[in-house]
Amino acid sequence: MKNLIAFVLSVALGVLMVLSLTNNDWFAQFGYVDLADRVSQSYIDKDVTGNPGEIIFGITSNPENGAANIVTSIVVDYRSFDTLGEVTVLFISALGVALLLNSQDKNKRLALNFKPNFMLRVGSRALFAIILMTGVYVILHGHLTPGGGFPGGTMIASSILLLYLADDQFRTKVKGFKLLEGVAGSFYVIIGLLGLLLATYFLQNFLPTGTVGDLLSAGVIPIVYILIGLKVGSEIAGIIDNFLTEEEVSL
Amino acid sequence: MTLTDIIMAVVSVLLLGIAYLAISSKKLIKGVIFLSALSMLSVVSYVLMKAPDVALTEAVIGSGMVTALFVFTLLSIEKGEAK
Repeated sequence: MKNLIAFVLSVALGVLMVLSLTNNDWFAQFGYVDLADRVSQSYIDKDVTGNPGEIIFGITSNPENGAANIVTSIVVDYRSFDTLGEVTVLFISALGVALLLNSQDKNKRLALNFKPNFMLRVGSRALFAIILMTGVYVILHGHLTPGGGFPGGTMIASSILLLYLADDQFRTKVKGFKLLEGVAGSFYVIIGLLGLLLATYFLQNFLPTGTVGDLLSAGVIPIVYILIGLKVGSEIAGIIDNFLTEEEVSL
Repeated sequence: MTLTDIIMAVVSVLLLGIAYLAISSKKLIKGVIFLSALSMLSVVSYVLMKAPDVALTEAVIGSGMVTALFVFTLLSIEKGEAK
């Protein structure tokens, strides 16, 4: 009985797909559509659903997509689903590293060959703050300047790497990082579902986009980039911790 | 020939040279350091090719994170061999 239902469902799905793909303007025959005209130029002009006219930095308000950075407007708005996949790939690789290196909180961290002196410890603390703030800046201005969640998150992780290298006793709270990573990833999916509910598509922008070039603009893009930055930063910091810890039992 | 073209030519030649050094060096740690230098130079070439997004990512991941992870792995291997 179950097999019969599955068979009928798959046949119905196939018929539905074929029916919807034939005689559809959006799926024309191969070679009859200039894709550059339809896709990339629309993304640059920000007119996939409606035509906002010419986009002027600092003047145009409430366009379809409020990011001043075209790369961001594609990566986090028009192609946000791909970014969700990228974040998942990074999560799976972090999971693989944790499984292979058998990371546990009770494991000891790798000892350094030298004793860090006073200057190194104090200087690394000062540099840590600068690198961390640069990472936060890159994340927060992801919709205005080059950069965004991935490079900013990695900068945050590299500031933690600096602390690991300069201090023999330093160890991050791995459990807190794992919690942060899970919460940020879940909120990304929740924002996608909110887009499905409040707008039309999964991960569609549902907030007002504001004036192009303002810090508080571009709808959900800054929120999504903050979540991506937190997730990437905590994941890579977790990978660093896995690499710098060793098991008590020697082989 | 503008200044940008000259810088681009110098960077391209240096990229090829450092890439050869990275694969031909006998010590592994030297190869890792040359790989890091290769990433740093490719950042310059990305900026000259007007791709600042890629340059930022390459600077952080290519010359920072990847080098650090390679060095840690080499350290762990040396510790394991010493035991």
